[in-house]
Amino acid sequence: MDTSASPIIRLFHVYKRYGTQTALADITFDIAENEFVFFTGASGAGKTTLLKLLYLGEPISEGQILIDGMNLTRIPRKRIPFLRRMFGVIFQDYNLISTKTVFENIALVLEVAGHKRSLINKKVGSVLRNVGMEERMNAFPPSLSGGEQQKITIARALAGDPKIILADEPTGSLDDESAEDVMNLLRESHNNGTTVIIATHDKELIRSTTAREIRLHHGLLQLDTGIAE
Amino acid sequence: MKPFFFKRAIQDIRSNVFLHVITLITITLSVLIVSTFSLFLSNANKIMQTWEKGIRIIVYIEDGVPKAEIDTLQQEISRMGGVADVQYISRDKALEQLEKKMKAQNSLLENLRENPLPDALEVWVAPDKKKWDEIEMLAIHIESSHLVADVEYGQNWLKKFTGILNLFRFTGILMSVVFFMAAVFIVANTIRLLFYSRHEEFKIMQLVGATDNFIKAPFYIEGLLQGAAGGILGLFILYLAFLVMLSSIDFSFTSYFFKFSFIPGLTCIAIIISSMIAGWLGCYISLKQFLNN
Repeated sequence: MDTSASPIIRLFHVYKRYGTQTALADITFDIAENEFVFFTGASGAGKTTLLKLLYLGEPISEGQILIDGMNLTRIPRKRIPFLRRMFGVIFQDYNLISTKTVFENIALVLEVAGHKRSLINKKVGSVLRNVGMEERMNAFPPSLSGGEQQKITIARALAGDPKIILADEPTGSLDDESAEDVMNLLRESHNNGTTVIIATHDKELIRSTTAREIRLHHGLLQLDTGIAE
Repeated sequence: MKPFFFKRAIQDIRSNVFLHVITLITITLSVLIVSTFSLFLSNANKIMQTWEKGIRIIVYIEDGVPKAEIDTLQQEISRMGGVADVQYISRDKALEQLEKKMKAQNSLLENLRENPLPDALEVWVAPDKKKWDEIEMLAIHIESSHLVADVEYGQNWLKKFTGILNLFRFTGILMSVVFFMAAVFIVANTIRLLFYSRHEEFKIMQLVGATDNFIKAPFYIEGLLQGAAGGILGLFILYLAFLVMLSSIDFSFTSYFFKFSFIPGLTCIAIIISSMIAGWLGCYISLKQFLNN
């Protein structure tokens, strides 16, 4: 890992409020390019909210976030889709379109970016092979198990060759074997140069790695282990 | 327009057939009503034009005007702009013509002690000056002569007919606006329902980087397709009704005046384009509201 890489994500005194409730307060840290980072903390600590702020799934209440030099508080609305294409997001609840096949769900990421059909077919086939779901490409998400849906979500996140992968509890509802498969896919993506951020409260998962941990507690930054060696 | 968006629009239509059929029927009915007015007006205009082609001004001369002065007046009128020909009809000739026309009622004229008809000049208007306002101007000019007792050019009948025509034209425009708005409203409602039913899908699309235009494009195509289909279908139904109407009309009578014809091609195109605009506008109103939220 290149620890001298410049920060791809920078947060300066970031706050997120819902009415009078403060979900995140005074969060400041940098994440370098190609880092592997865990956002940890108990349920309700603000991990998911923090992830959402990075791709502007939620607006920032106060502070600044820079993604690859782009200041999210100043980004025009019409540029938000282009920001989101930098991310591959693995949602906790999968967020797959139930009326579209596995193939169509993954192809969507490439379609919105305006890629040609031939490239889309090739790329979707390739990511489905990587996650071992090639044979289920014509299936609809409701017919898949939780582990299979998670793999499809990962395939979708990888399809657009994103700079950053954000994974929200990617192993939360999976059995050990599926969880291991999912983690291996994320490690492989990291080895290929992608910055990977995983939000999790799975202590076992964190203990098994030397990756950087950013721990939240009641919306506050409790611990930052810094860039791992 | 990318075939990809077109394909998505067709898929959307196929998966929401009922809603789209309802919208299509509404647009078709709107177009049918508006184009019926258009058909009526275009034929009424043709009646006016046919009548104007045969128009002439009858100039009645005051009693006791010597023939020499009538000749001078005839020359003056023939020199006026827009006059093709001027014929003198003496009061005796006029009575003779009247007697010929009223052969069946000859007894009415037999009891006349003297000829009640005045001398007259029959003024034929040049073909390029047959617009209503030009004819009226010419008639006013002629009437200003002190030798002229009255002029007659069917003005009363023409005014009544023009009045009725204008009333229909106004009603037609009003109906067009009302039905255009109805079509826009129905399309907007359909798109709103479709949007509600697929709200989650669009949220996901936005999260993976879809622009608003990417989401909106198929809806606009759907709106345009519905508008075009409604326009074509409405005109087609009207055309069938028109053919049925023609087959039930006595042609020996109608061909004497003019031939009925369907709405001109350009008007048909304008109706279809208006219908497409209604479809597009319905989408625009709905999507603007949704994607801005």
